[in-house]
Amino acid sequence: MELILILVLLVVGFVFGRLAEKRHYRRIRRRELAYRGLVVVPARSPPREYLHHDSELVRGNVVVSVDYFKSTLAMLRNLVGGRVSAYESLLDRGRREAVLRMQEQARQFGADAVFNMRFETSRVSGNAGSGLGSIEVLAYGTALIPKDREGAAS
Amino acid sequence: MLISNMEIVPGKRVREHFGIVQGSTVQSKHVGRDFMASLKNLVGGELTGYTELLEDAREYALERMTSQAEAIGANAVVNVRFSTSAISAGASEILAYGTAVVLDDM
Repeated sequence: MELILILVLLVVGFVFGRLAEKRHYRRIRRRELAYRGLVVVPARSPPREYLHHDSELVRGNVVVSVDYFKSTLAMLRNLVGGRVSAYESLLDRGRREAVLRMQEQARQFGADAVFNMRFETSRVSGNAGSGLGSIEVLAYGTALIPKDREGAAS
Repeated sequence: MLISNMEIVPGKRVREHFGIVQGSTVQSKHVGRDFMASLKNLVGGELTGYTELLEDAREYALERMTSQAEAIGANAVVNVRFSTSAISAGASEILAYGTAVVLDDM
């Protein structure tokens, strides 16, 4: 009986998790194209052209979790060690989503670049026991806003 | 109050330097949210409740940091960093810290 339950959970996790991931990646790619014009760089200080811009702290965060199938896969992977591709795609999705949300916020301020972009990743514990339940990714940076466009959104 | 995570602010000059200011908050999720999240854990994807919770917590930490900076007479906080740590199952600390300065127009 328990075995059946676990099997059902695995199948549910596999089907829905895969669907959700595909949809998410499609959404990420579409938005990344739309925000291509907004420069995001991890450089510490901006070049001279940005000397007369206003600055504003912008950030984007997201909490994503793996599905049951992938966490089982990762648990099995742990036995032999090596690359855990199940988690790699999770972190990739999280990071790209966080950057996109940061860019969204920067766009609202009318910024044309985000400098000193930093990532911060942390594990949200609680419901996962010893495994990786969900992770939070935060992306933050300083948006540089041309002076004449100031307050365009507010 | 200007908040930036760069060391310098374009077009401004640091007149006075007050050292570090910080704000932190410890947040825990309530049981209902935790339950919903554990259901969501089966199929994966974004946990919107947690995203909002942590976003609010970060806003609050920033607020505490800026009020500390205001209290000592700064008009900007530069070089701001965020840090998150899980201190126990179900609770995490959000910290924001930076350097309080007085900025002048160049």
